[in-house]
Amino acid sequence: MSHLIPPAIQPYVLPVLWGVVIVAVLPLLAGYIVLLERKVMADMQARLGPMRVGPHGLLQPIADAVKLLLKEDVIPQNADRFMFWVAPLISVTMALVAYSAMPFGPSFQVADLNVGLLFILAVSSLGIYGIVLGGWASNSHYSLLGALRSAAQLVSYETAAGLGLVSGLLFAGSLSMRDIVQAQKDQGVWFVFWVPIGFFIYLVGSIAETNRAPFDLPEAESELVAGYMTEYSGFRWSLYFLAEYANMIIVAGVAATLFLGGWLRPFPSFKEQFPGTSIEFMDLLPALVFFALAAYCLRLAPRQPVGVQKLVMAMVAGLCGVLAAAMAAAAAFAPEAVRQGVFGGFWFMAKVMLYLYAFLWIRFTFPRYRFDQLMRLGWRFLIPLALVNVIGVGVAIVLREQWGWKHPEGTLILTTLATLGVAVWLASSGEKPGAAPAAEGE
Amino acid sequence: MADSRTNGGSLGRPSHVETTVLGADEIILNMGPQHPSTHGVLRVKLKLDGERVVDSECIIGYLHRGVEKIAEHRSYQQFAPYVDRMDYVAAVSNGLGYCEAVEKLLGAEAPPRARVVRTILTELQRIASHLLWLGTHALDIGALTPVFYCFREREEILKIFEKYCGARLTTHAFRIGGLQYETYDGFEAEVKRFCDDFAHKIDEYETLLTENRIWVGRTKGVGILSAQDAIALGVTGPVLRASGVKWDVRKAMPYAAYDQYAFEIPTRPTGDTYDRYLVRMEEMRQSRRICLQAAENIPSGPIMAKVGKVLKPPPGEVYHSIEAPKGELGYYIVSDGTTQPYRVRVRPPSFINLQAFDRMARGSLVADVVAIIGTIDIVLGEVDR
Amino acid sequence: MAPVPLDNELVQRLKARFAEAVREATLDRKQAIVQVAVGKLRDISQYCRDTEKFDMLVDLTAVDWPKREKRFDVILNLYSFAKNERLRLKAHAGDGETVPSVCDVWPAANWLERECYDMFGVVFEGHPDLKRILLPEEWQGHPLRKDYDILKQDEAWVRENLGIDSGQ
Repeated sequence: MSHLIPPAIQPYVLPVLWGVVIVAVLPLLAGYIVLLERKVMADMQARLGPMRVGPHGLLQPIADAVKLLLKEDVIPQNADRFMFWVAPLISVTMALVAYSAMPFGPSFQVADLNVGLLFILAVSSLGIYGIVLGGWASNSHYSLLGALRSAAQLVSYETAAGLGLVSGLLFAGSLSMRDIVQAQKDQGVWFVFWVPIGFFIYLVGSIAETNRAPFDLPEAESELVAGYMTEYSGFRWSLYFLAEYANMIIVAGVAATLFLGGWLRPFPSFKEQFPGTSIEFMDLLPALVFFALAAYCLRLAPRQPVGVQKLVMAMVAGLCGVLAAAMAAAAAFAPEAVRQGVFGGFWFMAKVMLYLYAFLWIRFTFPRYRFDQLMRLGWRFLIPLALVNVIGVGVAIVLREQWGWKHPEGTLILTTLATLGVAVWLASSGEKPGAAPAAEGE
Repeated sequence: MADSRTNGGSLGRPSHVETTVLGADEIILNMGPQHPSTHGVLRVKLKLDGERVVDSECIIGYLHRGVEKIAEHRSYQQFAPYVDRMDYVAAVSNGLGYCEAVEKLLGAEAPPRARVVRTILTELQRIASHLLWLGTHALDIGALTPVFYCFREREEILKIFEKYCGARLTTHAFRIGGLQYETYDGFEAEVKRFCDDFAHKIDEYETLLTENRIWVGRTKGVGILSAQDAIALGVTGPVLRASGVKWDVRKAMPYAAYDQYAFEIPTRPTGDTYDRYLVRMEEMRQSRRICLQAAENIPSGPIMAKVGKVLKPPPGEVYHSIEAPKGELGYYIVSDGTTQPYRVRVRPPSFINLQAFDRMARGSLVADVVAIIGTIDIVLGEVDR
Repeated sequence: MAPVPLDNELVQRLKARFAEAVREATLDRKQAIVQVAVGKLRDISQYCRDTEKFDMLVDLTAVDWPKREKRFDVILNLYSFAKNERLRLKAHAGDGETVPSVCDVWPAANWLERECYDMFGVVFEGHPDLKRILLPEEWQGHPLRKDYDILKQDEAWVRENLGIDSGQ
């Protein structure tokens, strides 16, 4: 097949293909993550969530998309029209550009930059422009306040998150996303087990970076209505929304790559444990998952209230069944490269979904931080903790490599405990929670 | 209490823009009357220095329906349903206060069975009102989940009300002289079952919020009202008790059947939002206790005293108050000997408690204003009548 | 059931201190009511708060008796935490007569007096910011007065804003 394509453009074909796939699939994926969020929210709140549009609300994202596209385009009177138009574009573009360095599988990556991780972080930071410009261009008190708060929050927590990443990078030895996963494969263990504190810091930092609860004051409904998004409606708003969920997937992807082993399978290879078997049974796990999904949907299909919903449910079951069959076939018959690609993608998405589930869970459990408490948490707790963590990990690695310390795990445990001690001290010291510090002359 | 200008604020008069220490202008921020967190049609004008509230003014009256004027043109029994619509979240309490006030005016007394059933329903209503408060207060502060759990419990109580008198919200459950409806079969059993379930449910809701760092951070030290200020401002109810004053009309001047039951009055020392939260949680537990004691042992007998169909109280006046979930709800009724009251004055706890808002909000941040409005627990129907 | 004259220690102390300003003391349905001269209302309130320990102003309102010369009854309901006792102070005020404000005795009176002014038109002297509270600023008339006819108001509004005659 490759002889059909002229050699000049051959290196570009695959990346462009992946790029197109990402841009095409992402809005749909983001929409379904929103549906997942609503269903999980409902489950935690003892109710059902969207049920009407499609069986179990499965067509809800499509209905929402259609509604947003058909809405009237309102621009506030004295708004700066060009900025108002460009701001959401900046947010979305930066979010999408960051996907170019994200590895969804061993061969599914638009560009394997040697500074991939740094590139992703840098481009995500540029997305802040979209927020600030949007708030300013709306010509409204509330929007501007929200935008500035949002920008301050993002910048602060990016520092902390970045330092959390650094502690993981010390083990990887490279900024290239592919090399990071390879390092985890070579060392035989996911980095989250080496630096759980780094992972925790990155988790908190990434929640704050994507403006999610408990750090969603700029978007809080009950406070400033919707912050920088107040004046946006219809399609422009959906661009901001898409940017937010795309950012969520990016931070989840970075966490999955750096800490959770990327596309690596969580279970040791069956073939290696029991040499002589021809099928890699671990590879059948994805097929099993889709098969279980298909069976569940099939069981639910006759119980739907309306005929159309029954049909849609059956179609979903069919789709899952086809995927299950494809996975099983790939496990049994496909060449190594294809198998790695398919299952690598599956495990990567599974880890991303796990990370996003943590996001959702945290959102519905905790109340919101007030802005000054949020900034205090970032600067006075998270950044010092991240710095101490990096130093601790550095010390452990130096001891292991330079001085051949015999028990690298032991050292790491010690430094982890020491960092935890520092964390406890940082948390308990400092000002009392709650009362904002009194102003002078009160 | 010398500076009475601190109440109500002076934002109504046209003023020049004042400059602060740093030379920045002070902004006037208007919250409401349409706002997700003002619990009804309340308008709050805040004068801000950056993020800090320097002065505030509450503008009310958007829900004023002239209930007191209407009372002068209705007979005593005809006015009873109107009373539910003031504090519509706790309608049964309103009804209890009114019926008892008119009974005092008449010199009649409800029979023991009626008094006990009234107590049970009023305490259930107190739990329902506090549950709604908890859900909405948590929602304002950002916890999205407790509101659904609280409404699920409230649903059970409203089902009991519906079975008893046919209505969930504006119940008109009591009549002047006693009760109209006999309790339905299984009333005691359902009340007991609710109380048994409720015990561990309320512990569940506490685990979500009470020890949560973020919740404590958002509520501790916010909106402090000292006991002296509270008494001077006429504040009553859980707000007063959270400021350290151990006073409850049910213990000070018992009415209905409250003198027969053992219960505690929770108080807290500081008077901040966190303390008010704890006081209301504990009040729910105590209400549950009263319900259980009352349901054990409802005396048999008539449910209505002999007051006659046409009520013409002898001329005079009376003031009777009860401990409603929001505070001391009082009825001052003046009779001129005819079938229609000459004057009905409702002492609205939410209206008087809302006056303390300015004292509580001064010096706090804008994000705390929402928490403070929530913690006073106002219902605009009662504020405006 | 009819009100009976009251002459307990509290009333005696009040009479001793304020002589003729304390006009009448009755017990109606076991509740103590002391009628005082309107000019001395603030001084008596201060005395009640400081010496008699009535530290909470529970309610402040008015009643309209149009056939009387001094048509308004200004009512103050007081409560003492220490003694667990209630007291009602009543003062007769005429239409147009100013009543001394008790805002600096109990700050709770601020909004209560505003409501009284709004509903009855009773002017409180010494109130920091006497303006309407429940009704809009530009409202004419005082609704809780007995000569305020709701039907006439409705007809006037309909005629003015809709240009037709009200069908009531």
